[in-house]
Amino acid sequence: MLKINNLHVSIEGKKILKGINLEINPGEVHAIMGPNGSGKSTLANVLAGREDYVIEEGEVTFFGEDLLKLSPEDRARKGLFLSFQYPVEIPGVSMVNFMKTAVNEVRKYRGQKQLTASEFLKLMREKKELVELNSDLASRSVNEGFSGGEKKRNEIFQMAMLEPKLSILDETDSGLDIDALRTVASGVNALKSPQNATVLVTHYQRLLDYIVPDYVHVLYKGRIVKTAGKELAFELEEKGYDWIKKELDEEES
Amino acid sequence: MKETVATQNYTAVEDITGLYQSNTELFLEGSPDFMNDVRGKALDDFVRQGIPSTKDENYKYTDLRPVFEGDFNVFPSYVDQEIDFLSLFKCDVPKLDTFVILTVNGWYYQRNRNLDLPEGVIIGSLAQAAREHPELVAQYYGKQVKTGKDPLAALNTLLAKDGLFIYVPDNIVIEKPLQVINLLRAKNDSFSTQRNLFIVGKNSQLKVVFCDHTLSKKKFVSNKLTEIYVQENAVFDFYNIQNQHNESANLNSTFICQKASSNIQINTASLHGGVVRNNLEVLLNGEYAEANVYGISLTDNKQHVDNYTHVDHAKPNCTSNQLFKNVLDEESTGAFAGRIHVWRDAQKTVAFQRNNNVLMSANAKIDTKPQLVIDANDVKCSHGATVGRIDTEALFYLRARGISEKEAKLLLMFAFVHEVIAQIRVKPLQERLDELVDKRFRGEISKCHKCMFDCNPKSLK
Ligand SMILES: Nc1ncnc2c1ncn2[C@@H]1O[C@H](COP(=O)(O)OP(=O)(O)O)[C@@H](O)[C@H]1O
Ligand SMILES: [Mg+2]
Repeated sequence: MLKINNLHVSIEGKKILKGINLEINPGEVHAIMGPNGSGKSTLANVLAGREDYVIEEGEVTFFGEDLLKLSPEDRARKGLFLSFQYPVEIPGVSMVNFMKTAVNEVRKYRGQKQLTASEFLKLMREKKELVELNSDLASRSVNEGFSGGEKKRNEIFQMAMLEPKLSILDETDSGLDIDALRTVASGVNALKSPQNATVLVTHYQRLLDYIVPDYVHVLYKGRIVKTAGKELAFELEEKGYDWIKKELDEEES
Repeated sequence: MKETVATQNYTAVEDITGLYQSNTELFLEGSPDFMNDVRGKALDDFVRQGIPSTKDENYKYTDLRPVFEGDFNVFPSYVDQEIDFLSLFKCDVPKLDTFVILTVNGWYYQRNRNLDLPEGVIIGSLAQAAREHPELVAQYYGKQVKTGKDPLAALNTLLAKDGLFIYVPDNIVIEKPLQVINLLRAKNDSFSTQRNLFIVGKNSQLKVVFCDHTLSKKKFVSNKLTEIYVQENAVFDFYNIQNQHNESANLNSTFICQKASSNIQINTASLHGGVVRNNLEVLLNGEYAEANVYGISLTDNKQHVDNYTHVDHAKPNCTSNQLFKNVLDEESTGAFAGRIHVWRDAQKTVAFQRNNNVLMSANAKIDTKPQLVIDANDVKCSHGATVGRIDTEALFYLRARGISEKEAKLLLMFAFVHEVIAQIRVKPLQERLDELVDKRFRGEISKCHKCMFDCNPKSLK
């Protein structure tokens, strides 16, 4: 589904990603962990098509197609979804209008027919329940005045509306209390299928109690320095990142 | 089109004064003394001030001299048009039931139908009202208009012959909005003068919608002046939808005097036009009066829109809210100069002013000059202005959900101006304006010669 080969990325002349290799197949759940500042969000944003970054080297394919050539909207239409670490507030754009536009643009691209107003509202109601999104949030402006937890639920709600093939959830767990975390996790689990894949970007192990990953990768200083099964997450939880840092810093010297 | 007077060249003040002096008879004809008597002073005032240019502090951002360059026809008397506009301008907006009135080149259209109005209400031609009700009209005519302080007001007063007159006596609520379609249509480049006078009596309510249109491709300069009196406890709404072509100059002055506990909303949408200058002066001249003054402009090409507002708090306990938002694309330019003046003793004044601008292109330009003059000590006032570009974070967020860049920009621009449209107190009009703004952003009404109410004047060229 997604193949990242030797990806190097910089921003404002500063090298952030220094040779990422990663392959994700349908049905898989990957966790990308690592200390703050290691480049996790950078990777997520580059995959979603954010333009501030410079791709220095490497390729990324999504279902065999060169992903880096595509506009952000085409990536979304082809089934890539990013749940933002910091969802932006957009005053004046109502959630309903936003989602209707998004869903219909995506459907148009996929050759599906446009939803009627009532079909759309029905879909919206269904998906809102999935993440227990407060129903008046849907009538408000996008993320405006939402609490941290509401913003994160809203991301998963949008994911549910757009039915992506690959979802990258950037720190969707941070700032959530345990109840919200459980709701978000059960939403993600409900949307899982053998056809789609999920990437969980996190620096806590907590979320992984609820969404069990097939692979855990550790991203450190712009490189994936360790990949293992879910047991790696427990190890990190127990020992922190220091032992990995130490190992690597020793290797370097 | 007969009976129009052509000038050779309008570039110099002498040409305009020459036009007036050599055709004085025509300009005086049919008007009562109280209109003619003030022309002399207006002439002097205009000559002294000249055509507004950037040298004038109040016109710092708009040079009107190029606008006055060229040969124009003027209309010192009514010229009938061969077309029955009313049959063309049938309003078909569902839910919006309005009285419809047309003006043509500044004159009250003589084929307007009689409206079914409450007793005592007058809505019609100013020239006619001035003849039929001279005492009433004379009592108000020009009383707020300081020709010595503004050359456009002086010029309007010099050449004024007709326009719209509205008189609503005390204690009458007119629910149905009055839609006034101001048409410009001529075979030659034209300069038109329109003079309106509205009086809204005590405890009365009135809503007026102006739709400014150009119906032929000639160059138009229209100098419109509207003088409004809102009496105690009256409620008055004035919505202006400006939609003229790029060869037009829409010079538009509004003077409002509010008495105690009255409430007004002025909301001007400059959707299209070559050069637009909106002068707005509000005098809060009675306690507990409230003025809500709003505007949007959407410009592209080389268009220029300049909003100049002046809100005077003359009495204590009044409130004024000003909100102006502009979206400027391509090489268009804009300006906002807003002044709040709180007079001495106008304690407990609440006055807000905000101007927000979004530049969509590197070549668009906006000048903004908020001004606050406070001569009282117990007041709550604030003003602020911002100039920004489209929020790239928000744009990326929308695109990351599959929305095209173009559509995402539209959503953001629309959201930006909707804050102003949302203030409109006539719901169907609000919805209609949302729709028009959306169309405008999509470039679908850029060549519009249509009425905002979609009345499709097919046979007009
Ligand atoms: N817009 C930016 N400009 C400059 N540096 C940035 C920018 N965004 C991120 N960085 C830097 O890139 C590095 C990686 O950041 P990020 O990808 O957000 O890490 P993580 O998500 O793993 O915490 C950090 O050192 C951060 O300071
Ligand atoms: Mg991050």
